[in-house]
Amino acid sequence: MARIFKFGDGISTDAIIPGRYNVTTDAVALGKACFIEARPDFAGSVQPGDVIVGGRNFGCGSSREHAPMAIKAAGVQAVVARSFARIFYRNAINIGLPVIQCDAVYDAVQDGDPVSIDIHSGGINVNGKMFQGETPGPVAVAIMEAGTLIDLIKTRGWAAIEEVS
Amino acid sequence: MGTLTEEIFSRRLGRDVHAGEIVVAPVDYAMAHDVTGPLAIEAFRKLGVPLWDPERVIMVFDHILPANTVASAGLHKIVRDFADEYGVTHVFQEGICHQLMVEKGFIRPGGIVVGADSHSTTYGALGCFSAGFGSTDIAVTFATGKTWFRVPETIRINLRGALPPGIFPKDLALKVIRMLGAEGANYLAVEWGGEAVEVMSVDERLTLANLTVDFGGKAGLCEPDEHTRAYLGEAEVFDLHPVSPVYRSLIEVDAETLEPQIACPPAIDNVQDLSMVAGTQLDEVFVGSCANGRIEDLAIVASYFEGRQVHPHTRTIVVPASKQIYMEALARGYIQTFMEAGALVMNAGCGPCLGRQHGVLGAGERALSTSNRNYAGRMGSAQADIYLANPAVAAASALAGMIADPRDISKSENPPPRPSPARGEGVISQRERVGGRN
Repeated sequence: MARIFKFGDGISTDAIIPGRYNVTTDAVALGKACFIEARPDFAGSVQPGDVIVGGRNFGCGSSREHAPMAIKAAGVQAVVARSFARIFYRNAINIGLPVIQCDAVYDAVQDGDPVSIDIHSGGINVNGKMFQGETPGPVAVAIMEAGTLIDLIKTRGWAAIEEVS
Repeated sequence: MGTLTEEIFSRRLGRDVHAGEIVVAPVDYAMAHDVTGPLAIEAFRKLGVPLWDPERVIMVFDHILPANTVASAGLHKIVRDFADEYGVTHVFQEGICHQLMVEKGFIRPGGIVVGADSHSTTYGALGCFSAGFGSTDIAVTFATGKTWFRVPETIRINLRGALPPGIFPKDLALKVIRMLGAEGANYLAVEWGGEAVEVMSVDERLTLANLTVDFGGKAGLCEPDEHTRAYLGEAEVFDLHPVSPVYRSLIEVDAETLEPQIACPPAIDNVQDLSMVAGTQLDEVFVGSCANGRIEDLAIVASYFEGRQVHPHTRTIVVPASKQIYMEALARGYIQTFMEAGALVMNAGCGPCLGRQHGVLGAGERALSTSNRNYAGRMGSAQADIYLANPAVAAASALAGMIADPRDISKSENPPPRPSPARGEGVISQRERVGGRN
């Protein structure tokens, strides 16, 4: 069963992947360095499907897309946070890392709790309690349905976004 | 009708655009650098289409310059090969991307510019709507010349009164961050106005716009005026104002009573008055970055360093934001002043701000920086502490070896080494303009 890795408020992209570890475009290498200093045991203990639960302003700071790439490559199924920094949120959606904004779940869960998530509905089940994530905007939904922003633009062009705007 | 942001989008799209709308809009330029560029190039290649316009794509080597490892040299090669293959001519290795975007003439009032770097908000100082994006978004702009925006609502910040001696735009920005918190402007645009902004040089406004992203802002704009016109150094025609704007909120800050503000570790919104942290011992002082690496910043530091020595236990690193600033500092004697004072002067670029080069912090070390980020691990070890401050505080602290108040150093004993140029003169009028295709 997927488990929760719980983090605090203001988790920066420097914490997710420090500057001297993002000198690569290789997702696997980024995944191995995910949280390398902020939580050195993370990359070694996270299992495919596990979930990050963060506090406020998750992913603040640098625009480095290496940050959601590292989280995704480490095997994380989704990031649930009380709030996300704008660029991180957009980057995560663009590369196909599910991100769910949900305020209520934060105080109700602990590190290591078992969790199941429906990334399509935004439903989060922890310890038998259900939480509902906020509905993403129409562009985010369109990108998620296509997989990535590149997939969406390649197959449908800007019309895909113009028609939901 | 509307905020500066709504005015810019309405003109660009030829219809009334209001905050909250999702729009697909053409942009003037798209910028990426040596760290975000390679990912953007990989994503662009997946699209399998021609480059939108080789003259509107800007590539800058600044985050690691020159390459310091085999890995970073590899990143640079990806960018160079791409530029060669697609005929990208605006490729620079002479300073920080944001400074070059402004210096090289790519930014004009009313423009829309996107950058694969969070501090792309900087160009708002000239009345341009500019925002930071990740590499995939920029790759799509490379392919199409467009991106999508949710047109943001705006927080209006009025800075009342005049800045007292020893207080700078950095202090105003940190004060606002202290008031609003690190996500206070998340998803929102910020308009910087009021008496203190009206008298500011463009260099000073660039600091405000730059730091807008550090409290979450999508864009940080100043209304273009005679300072903007003088800075652009030509008969720019623009008439851009908020028209009956509806703001999400209005923030008033009194500049006249402001103390020097210090962002303490490990968060940008952990801001204190200088007096609360004065005396904190420092292992490193960094003067530079896209927040405070411009000629006016270097002039402030030189005025304190002239005839003095930095503390022997505090390595002091000065990194001009661009080659042009570096050469102006050379001409004015500032570089000699820095070196005679015992500071290390590095080549123009991002310097030690992001912990890869030119002054990486070890575990247990403390630094004071004029930059804009103090997250744990930002400048090296996650066990190092970073304090952020204005250039005068940085200078006084480098001399004292601890966080110190520049107002305690009598500048009358220590006159500036060279006369300062009038606004709109000096380095600005010498700019080589290569942009301007809007």
